Amino acid sequence: MSWHRKHLLDIESLSAAEIVTVLDTARAFKAVGERAIKKVPALRGKTVVNLFIEPSTRTRISFELAAQRLTADIVNFSADASSLKKGETLKDTARNLEALNADFIIIRHSASGAPHFLARFLNAHVINAGDGAHEHPTQALLDAFTIRERKGKIAGLNVTILGDILYSRVARSNIWALTKLGANVTLCGPSTLVPKTFERMGCRVTHDMDEAIREADILNLLRIQHERQRQTMFPGIGEYTTLFGLTPARLARTKPDALIMHPGPINRGVEIDSEIADSKRSLILEQVTNGLAVRMAVLFLVNGGKGPSEVTGN
Amino acid sequence: MPETIVILKAAAIHRALTRIAHEIAERHENGDSVVLVGIPLVGDVLAQKLSALLSEIWRIPVPVGILDVTMHRDDLDRQIAPHMHPTVIPFDVTGKTVVLVDDVLFSGRTTRAAMDAINDFGRPKKIQLAVLVDRGHRELPIKADFVGKNVPTALTEKIRVRLDIPGREDEVVLEK
Repeated sequence: MSWHRKHLLDIESLSAAEIVTVLDTARAFKAVGERAIKKVPALRGKTVVNLFIEPSTRTRISFELAAQRLTADIVNFSADASSLKKGETLKDTARNLEALNADFIIIRHSASGAPHFLARFLNAHVINAGDGAHEHPTQALLDAFTIRERKGKIAGLNVTILGDILYSRVARSNIWALTKLGANVTLCGPSTLVPKTFERMGCRVTHDMDEAIREADILNLLRIQHERQRQTMFPGIGEYTTLFGLTPARLARTKPDALIMHPGPINRGVEIDSEIADSKRSLILEQVTNGLAVRMAVLFLVNGGKGPSEVTGN
Repeated sequence: MPETIVILKAAAIHRALTRIAHEIAERHENGDSVVLVGIPLVGDVLAQKLSALLSEIWRIPVPVGILDVTMHRDDLDRQIAPHMHPTVIPFDVTGKTVVLVDDVLFSGRTTRAAMDAINDFGRPKKIQLAVLVDRGHRELPIKADFVGKNVPTALTEKIRVRLDIPGREDEVVLEK
């Protein structure tokens, strides 16, 4: 399966075959990261702009390293130190960056749909690095990559996503990716943060933590996003941990080979017990390593997605 | 349906590879400094076959690596992103003679990319090139050290090398 898309805006519009193409390509790029020389010339001479209108450390650094390992030049643009503070619109900011011949614009924005908006008028490749509560496609791709690498497959696995689903773009992108690839997805958390309406995305919703984790092969714990909640959606952190935190006692009731994931940053002692986060069953740091490979793959693939394919000879 | 001409049948492919193995052995008296690196999809299969033949001649195992050159190609901007294959170089190339193995030598651009790619793994003492078919039309100053068969072709023609496909005889065909 080859890749024909110019942008990566969301997971919802991707086919299962396209997702698998990203995962397969990422495998080759992961091997590059394990070499003494971790750099390949695939994007030599290209310019990548990290347009981060919302703060992020790991995703920004991951994209930055990914671009550098592909030999592209990268500029970081953060909202605090920009003309957006002076009233410039997102459209004008993006047009200005394109006037500097940026080839890729990686955007993180608090408004859902901001990447789609840019893609409508920019010639540059647009990659969504998280838009509001809508999608975070590269996170879902790196999660799928990590699951496939550790479990050897995705179809038929039981994946439970726990926590703040309502405000989570990670959850939405993960639900799209995992259901397309044939996993059984269960969502669990306080009913205020995990409404039943999510069942329409093809997953199961429960508010009983013990029931949600019993048959799970993968537990993906999400952070409680204080910054995105307009009002308190549950009585308190202590109660959240009591009802939905992953404690050693709860872990003992999961399948012995169930693995733990978390997109980070983790709140130790809130959604996840500190020792579990550092245990052998935790894939948290592998997710970070794999994120770099997946982002290299995405940059590489969208670079090729521009117009008619040219058949090469022998 | 394009017109096809069989250039090499299974027995002829085997003879050509046996000759190449002997030529490699002639150039390198003892094999302990020689490693083979095949370029997928067909070069890695050829490299395995050459390794078996050379191991018989030298009486030592001859290491084989797989090198995907996609990330080093010079035409990534001109086509959709090509499919990538795993690169596996399970040895240190520094100080070794690396024999690159490819099925068809055409423009020479794949070979150039392969030479760039191999340098990321170390500094070989020497890089040589073995190909099953040299079809001409070079666009770079590159020449093969070991050639199975020279085949004059038109630019529009295609060479297909089919090896180890279940239910099919090995063969090399020219499509007009």
